[in-house]
Amino acid sequence: MSLTLGHYLSLGAMLFALAVIGIFLNRKNLIVLLMAIELMLLAVNMNFVAFSHYLGDMHGQVFVFFILTVAAAESAIGLAILVLLFRNKNSIDVQDLNTLKG
Amino acid sequence: MDVKTGFFYLFSVVLLFSAFRVVTARNPVHAVLFLMLAFSQASAVWLLLNAEFLAITLVLVYLGAVMVLFLFVVMMLDINVDTLRQGFWKNFPLAATLGAVVAFEMTAVLMSGFRLSQAPVVAVAAGTAPVSNSKALGILLYTEYLMPIQIAAAILLVAMVAAIALTLRHRKDSKAINPSIQVRVRAADRLQVVKMAATQAAPAPAPAAAEENK
Repeated sequence: MSLTLGHYLSLGAMLFALAVIGIFLNRKNLIVLLMAIELMLLAVNMNFVAFSHYLGDMHGQVFVFFILTVAAAESAIGLAILVLLFRNKNSIDVQDLNTLKG
Repeated sequence: MDVKTGFFYLFSVVLLFSAFRVVTARNPVHAVLFLMLAFSQASAVWLLLNAEFLAITLVLVYLGAVMVLFLFVVMMLDINVDTLRQGFWKNFPLAATLGAVVAFEMTAVLMSGFRLSQAPVVAVAAGTAPVSNSKALGILLYTEYLMPIQIAAAILLVAMVAAIALTLRHRKDSKAINPSIQVRVRAADRLQVVKMAATQAAPAPAPAAAEENK
């Protein structure tokens, strides 16, 4: 059985499912939540690259490039906010973030 | 089963195992290290898909910069793991069920729906050599996607400025001079030249001394 597009897409789906499980399990730990989001983005990028290869279209890889750019910016700002949060509240528990009373 | 298929399964198994360890690791530092392993395996899978430039970019940008940033933050924060792990396994049955349903359903659909096993041979115009992956990506990026790449650069700049501005902390006890004021100072602000005569005439003798001489 040779590799098909379905194999790569399934790998992406399993990776995404694992990231969803991670978000459920680590509902308190903000830093692991950020890591689960990174895993989700990786799963999405995997699908883009697989489609790009099997359909012979380079535009998918260009899109992955832009996703990587935005994800790097997002994690940099997310970590900066995390550091700020820890400085002010001395904890990164999501349950403590209730000052906006949302 | 050829070598490529074997490598695909090897990379996939390591990738999924390390992703599982990322979300279940007790120590956040271990979680970041497993995330690095997961990204390196994903990069290897992308190499199997002939996306060399993106695979190298993933290693350089993600493993080299973003993950190191994660590691730095995790090591800098003094996190109390025990309070964060409370109720960790309480959600596990629901989460595992949900994840299994998502993975199973998507796999069932995707494996039967996308049986494409051969990449199409990209048609090469007569007289031109086929370009490498990096060159093809570069040609696209700098012609068709020129405006988006400028916007992406601006986004990175904004992210850098925002991250620095958020975490910058002014010390109360540090002494500093505002360079703007320092540059704009003129000589007249610092030094005042007073006009005065070089010699002064002696004062007229007091009248009391004149009376004593009589």
